[in-house]
Amino acid sequence: MKIVVCIKQVPASSEVQIDPVTGVLIRDGSNTKMNPYDLYALETAFKIKEQRKAHLTSITMGPQAATAVLNESLWMGCDEAVLLSDRKFAGADVVATSYTLSQGIKAIGDFDLIICGKQTTDGDTAQVGPEIAEALNIPHIAYVERIVEIKDKSIVVSVSMDKTNEIWEINYPCLITVEKGIFTPRLPSYKRSLKFLDYQPRTITFADMEDQNESHYGLKGSPTQVERMFPPEKNTDKELWIDSEEELAVKMANKMNQLKLL
Amino acid sequence: MGKIIINQNKVTYENAQEAIKICPFGAIEYQNNKLDINSACKMCKLCVRKGPAGVFEFVEEQVKAIDKNEWQGVSVFVEHNNDKIHPVVFELIGKAKELVKVTKQKVYAVLFTDDAKKFEDEILSYGVDKLYVYEHQEFAHFHVEKYASAMEDFIKKIKPSVILYGGTSIGRSFAPRIASRFKTGLTADCTILGMKENTDLIQNRPAFGGNIMAGIICPNNRPQMATVRYKIFKMPAKEKPHGEIVRMGVDQLDLSSNMKLLAVKPKDSSVDISEAEIIVAIGRPFKTAEDIALAKKLADLLGAEMASTRPLIEIGLMDPRKQIGLSGRTVAPKLLITLGISGAVQFAAGMKGSQVVFSVCNDKNAPIFDIAHYGVVGDVFKILPKLISEVKVLKGLV
Repeated sequence: MKIVVCIKQVPASSEVQIDPVTGVLIRDGSNTKMNPYDLYALETAFKIKEQRKAHLTSITMGPQAATAVLNESLWMGCDEAVLLSDRKFAGADVVATSYTLSQGIKAIGDFDLIICGKQTTDGDTAQVGPEIAEALNIPHIAYVERIVEIKDKSIVVSVSMDKTNEIWEINYPCLITVEKGIFTPRLPSYKRSLKFLDYQPRTITFADMEDQNESHYGLKGSPTQVERMFPPEKNTDKELWIDSEEELAVKMANKMNQLKLL
Repeated sequence: MGKIIINQNKVTYENAQEAIKICPFGAIEYQNNKLDINSACKMCKLCVRKGPAGVFEFVEEQVKAIDKNEWQGVSVFVEHNNDKIHPVVFELIGKAKELVKVTKQKVYAVLFTDDAKKFEDEILSYGVDKLYVYEHQEFAHFHVEKYASAMEDFIKKIKPSVILYGGTSIGRSFAPRIASRFKTGLTADCTILGMKENTDLIQNRPAFGGNIMAGIICPNNRPQMATVRYKIFKMPAKEKPHGEIVRMGVDQLDLSSNMKLLAVKPKDSSVDISEAEIIVAIGRPFKTAEDIALAKKLADLLGAEMASTRPLIEIGLMDPRKQIGLSGRTVAPKLLITLGISGAVQFAAGMKGSQVVFSVCNDKNAPIFDIAHYGVVGDVFKILPKLISEVKVLKGLV
C-alpha cells in the first residue's frame, strides 16, 4: 500500500501585528515548526503501517528550508520525503497550492491513500485536502476522527458531523483529512534520524510536472487576491470599569440583574 | 496579475540582507551572490515598496478578462440533514438579499434532495427569487461526489455570480471540491461579506490567527464562493413568498461513486454550546481543575454552559466541543461572560453575535475590551468568589 502524507511548515507563532504608522505587517518569520495538525496525519499513516505493509511518503510545498519538516517526518516514521519547490509556485492561494500538490503527487507515482491534517495553523482554511482530491479526481472524506477498518481495496472511517457521526467506506485511491486527536502523535526518534544522515529529500520543480502550463501555478494560478489588511472593527457601545475587585464584582452582579439576565 | 522581477545588477551583499529582513514570510534568499524569491512568497509586494531601491520590480501581466455580465445572481447552497434545513442557510439568504441590493441581481437557492416538497415552502418564505431543485433519491443524504455532480450542472447552466455555503461539516467539505473543479476562489469562514458594483464579492476573514482581518476578492473568476459559520449573520425575518421554483433535469447527471455511507450515529448533543443562551467562557489563567470548578460554580448559578478558548482545549482541560472561536463553535447567547480571555480575532469571530458581553481580564489594553459591552479590569480569581456570592444574594438564594 502506498500512502502520501501532506505536511506544511508554518510559523511557530501565528501572531501578526500591523505597524500603525506604515501599515506594514510585522511578523516573525524566522521561527518555524511543523503544522501541528499534520502530526495527526502522520501518526494515522504510521498506525496503518503497523497493520499493513505500506510505503509512506511525506510531501510539502515550500522553500528549501521546509526540508526541516520533511526530516522530522522521516525521523518519526516516513520512508521517503519530497519537496515541491520552485519560484513559479510563489504567491499561490488555496486553488494553486492544491493544484501544485496534486501535480507533485502525480509526479511521485501511484498511490492508494493521501492523508492530510484537517487544516493549517497559518491559513486555517481546511480547504487544501478536499481541493487536492478534486484535482486528482479521487473521492475524499474530511474530518475523519477514527479509522474503523483498513481493507484491501477500501478504508472505513468514522467522521464527526455537526450533530451525528457517520461511517463511510471509501475506495482507493482516495484522500482523507484527519481530526486532531485521532491518534497520539509520536516524537521523532534519534535512532531513525541516524538512518537518514545522508538522505536528501527529493526535490520536484515545475519542470517535473505533467502540466507544463505556468498559468496554473503560483500567483497566476490563484483566483483570489488579498485586497487589503485591516484591524478588526471595534465595538463603540461599551463601558470599561476599573475599580477594586470587590467593587467590580458587585457592579457586575447589579448590572446583570438590571438587564434581567439573572 | 503580475510578477516580481529582481534586478541582480543592483544587488549588493548589504542590500540583500536588508531585503531578507523586510520579507514577513522569509521568502527572500541570498546565495552565491544572487538574490532570489522562493515559493514562500505571498506576493504582498512589500519588497517592491519598502525594499532596497530598484532591486525589486513588479511587472504587470495582462490576463484576459472574463465577462462578468455572463454570471448573474447570488445563490445559497441549501444544506439539510434529517429532513431539517440547517438554519445557517436562512442567515445566508438574508445576507444574499443585502448583497444584491448593490448589483440589482437575484437571490437563488439551490437544493439537492430526494423530496423537494419537504423544504420548498420554508425556503421561499425567506424571500429567494428562484429556487433551483435537483430531485433524485440519491440526494437524500449529503454525498460529496453526487452533490458535486449536481452543483457542477447548476454552475454550468445557471452561471451564478456567487455561491454561499454554511461553514458546517458539510459545507467545509463540499465547497472546496467545487472550487477546485472550477478552479475558482473560495474564502473560508468569512465574517463580513460585501458587494462591489462590478459584482466582485468582498470577502473579509480573520487572517494569521492574530489580530488582523484580510479583505479578499476573486476579481477574474466565477462563481465566487465563500463559507460562513453558523450565527455569524443575523436570522432574517420571513416574508410573503414571491419566488419561483425551477426543476432541473437529473437524468444526465453522473452519479457514479467510489464511496458509500454505511451508518449514521447520533452524537451526544448535550455538549453543544452553539445553541446555549448563557455562556461562561474561560481563558488561559484557568490552569487547574479547581480553577475551572470555581467558574463552573458561577455557570451553574446562572444556568449557563461552560466554554473556553483554544489553549485550554490543547492542554486537555476542556472538551474540544466547548471551544468558542473560528476553529471551534460560533456562539450567540443572550449573555456571555468571559473570564481571563484577552480576545484574539479567532475567538472574537466566534462570539461577535452575543447580545450582552461581560469580560473580566486584568490587562486593560486587551482586545476583548474592544468587543465587550462591559469590560471589567481586574484579577479574575479575586472577582469570581465575590461575584458568586453577590449573584446568590440577588437571586434570593442566601
